[in-house]
Amino acid sequence: MALITDYLVQGGQMLLILLLAPLLTGWVRAIKARLLRRRGPSLLQPYRDLLKLLRKDVVLAESASWLFRVAPYLIFAAIWVAAALVPTFASGLLFNWTADLIAIVALLGTARFFLALAGLDVGTSFGGIGASREMMIASLAEPAMLMMVFTLSLLAGTTQLSTVAHFMLTAEVGLRVSLALALLALMMVAIAENARIPVDNPATHLELTMVHEAMVLEYSGRHLALIELAAALKLLLYLSLLGCIFAPWGMATAGAGLMAYLFGVAAYLAKLALGGFLLALFETSVAKMRVFRVDQFLGAALMLGLLGALLLFVSRSL
Amino acid sequence: MSVSVLQTVLENGQAVAAHRPWPRVIVTAETWTVLGSGLAGGAWTLLGLWGEVGWVHLALHESTSGFIGVASLACPEGRFPALGRLHPPAQRLERAISDLVGLQPVAAPDTRPWLDHGRWPLRHPLGNARAPTQPLPPYRFLPAEGESLHQIPVGPVHAGIIEPGHFRFTANGETVVRLEERLGYVHKGIEHLLSGASLEQAARLVGRVSGDSTVAYALAFARAVEAATATEIPTRAHWLRALMAELERLAHHCGDIGAICNDAAFALMLAHCAVLREQVLRASAACFGHRLLMDVVVPGGVARDLAASDVDLLRALVTDLRRQFAPLVELYDNTASLQDRTVGTGFVRPVLIQQFGCGGPIGRAGGRAFDARFTSAYPPYEQLGFAPLTRTDSDVNARVWLRIGEVGQSLALIEQILDQLPIGPVRVDVSRSGQAGEGMALIEGFRGDILVWLRLNADGTVARCHPRDPSWFQWPLLEAAIEGNIVADFPLCNKSFNGSYSGHDL
Repeated sequence: MALITDYLVQGGQMLLILLLAPLLTGWVRAIKARLLRRRGPSLLQPYRDLLKLLRKDVVLAESASWLFRVAPYLIFAAIWVAAALVPTFASGLLFNWTADLIAIVALLGTARFFLALAGLDVGTSFGGIGASREMMIASLAEPAMLMMVFTLSLLAGTTQLSTVAHFMLTAEVGLRVSLALALLALMMVAIAENARIPVDNPATHLELTMVHEAMVLEYSGRHLALIELAAALKLLLYLSLLGCIFAPWGMATAGAGLMAYLFGVAAYLAKLALGGFLLALFETSVAKMRVFRVDQFLGAALMLGLLGALLLFVSRSL
Repeated sequence: MSVSVLQTVLENGQAVAAHRPWPRVIVTAETWTVLGSGLAGGAWTLLGLWGEVGWVHLALHESTSGFIGVASLACPEGRFPALGRLHPPAQRLERAISDLVGLQPVAAPDTRPWLDHGRWPLRHPLGNARAPTQPLPPYRFLPAEGESLHQIPVGPVHAGIIEPGHFRFTANGETVVRLEERLGYVHKGIEHLLSGASLEQAARLVGRVSGDSTVAYALAFARAVEAATATEIPTRAHWLRALMAELERLAHHCGDIGAICNDAAFALMLAHCAVLREQVLRASAACFGHRLLMDVVVPGGVARDLAASDVDLLRALVTDLRRQFAPLVELYDNTASLQDRTVGTGFVRPVLIQQFGCGGPIGRAGGRAFDARFTSAYPPYEQLGFAPLTRTDSDVNARVWLRIGEVGQSLALIEQILDQLPIGPVRVDVSRSGQAGEGMALIEGFRGDILVWLRLNADGTVARCHPRDPSWFQWPLLEAAIEGNIVADFPLCNKSFNGSYSGHDL
């Protein structure tokens, strides 16, 4: 019985993030529209877009190989699994014990690898530009993310997210400089990984400035729908990760009962709403940086992560 | 004014009688080449170069004396000495002449077609038009050779909804080694349509050469017609025209400032600037009945008078815009991430700006103090207190600041015009003396100086009309601006130029 409940809760969590991801994207867009004095589309527009894309035919480039057709499914699967590993409304769910933070980083890396390959596969110049820029960003974002993971694991003694979340709720954590540095590093990585301003612009129509959009320029129909949904899931994943590690309040523990779960969902939604709002606010207030500044930006994230880990070697109380 | 060397050179030729307001002179091939060397030496600036059956015409401006003149060369054999080999800015104009009229520039460095992409039903539509017998050879882009160079073709269909143009980048990683433009995708055959059109039709057509500069184009056409027919229009009409021209400049400069920032993904500026632009357009619609003021400026005056009550509306608009614009300027100035993108990006050497006679905000941001409102001082600008603004930094940031300055200037000019607006009639019939005549006008639009040259038949229809967009001398400089920049900065440079495809492709 307990196992069935575990499966149900875990399944519920996976469905929840899948359903919530487009809403989060819609929410960020709506806030941005408001900040730009526009009315903006409805919160449900991303769902309608996905439905529309799913109903459309796929137009494949003549030069596209099987890889191009398979990549969207692989990318979507990898990111969905990665997102399912992050505790959202409850910690200690079934899947949480199967993989840790490093596995999440690896899954995201795999998805990126296939996306870049697909961008190169069709042989258009924009796909190539996008893939090369994406790899430049990744080569700094991934180490920065790992440094952040090391900081956490040095503190919590594990890379299991559920355990980290529990540890963060205990009194012994307190205010730590290393955690502040890790938080900053994770936020910077999240911005770069999700192709947000100032690293990339998800709303741009300027093909020469694109990173993520350039790689998926040739996708259409259900392939594009999967890629868009995967991008929305990735944004949700990073916000969940920030919430799980740095604001685990209100999170239910496994087997805590329905009321605790419902409270956990409410807290989770509030965290997402706040995260989305702050993201929109930040994106509205800065211009995009020059492509060659991205390495400085992510280099800073890497240094922050490294500094956080180093500080813990200097003193356990920092 | 100092003595004009250009005038002295042109005096050797045979002056054409009914060409106003500036002289047109028939020159020999030797004088033509002398004029070309003068262009190459920087003694004068190229204003326009166009052809018709059997003739090529060259409009020149001498900045030291302010003298403007047109030289015409007969080409009975369908050839003329190319100026492009002496003076690169003439090259695209000569290629266009060769496409449209069929006159061949002799010893031209670049003989590829320019506007004709081999898709027209006619070849040489302005000359001895005939159906194409054989397809044009494939277009060869200029080579760029070296290790690890790669090409990026962009357009003519873009990811956004903008006008079509093809850009061929040769890049080394992200750094642009060479950019070559290919334009002509929106060729509409306007010059062909203008030949034989009545004045009313022609005025509407010229007002649509580039829809965003409709006032400036209509004004240039109207002034050229009035020059050709020696028509004096009422003073109030002059003032109303200037009022509309400034409203147009105001609207598009606001739009441009926002759009440049938007290309650096700073959408906030675009959102606010779009509101300002919209206010101007709505005020224009309320005062003159059309948001973009199309077809309001007509030969003989203006089609619609400004009601007394609308003067207050415009005054309120000026006050409103001043109040709202100041914080936006501050926002631009204080957003470091935006400045980081614009400062130093897309630098154009002032030498090139002088050589190409690049007008408008781009030219003035690069130190060329040319503003047709000031330089050729058509009414009522000679009575208004203003001087062209210039900068010397010549990058994207300079072009933004120049537009910001010109928004303030236009607001002040609108106030001055409203204060001094004379009363009286606003339109006269264009006198049809029954004589053919030629006229020319140089008008400052929001992009730069627009030249319109025309010849009227005795029955009052247009025999030949040539509108020259300022973009002809701005597009080539965009190629220079991007050199050494990174590929991703091209949209920003392009938007800071905001050249007209439609006006250029005609």
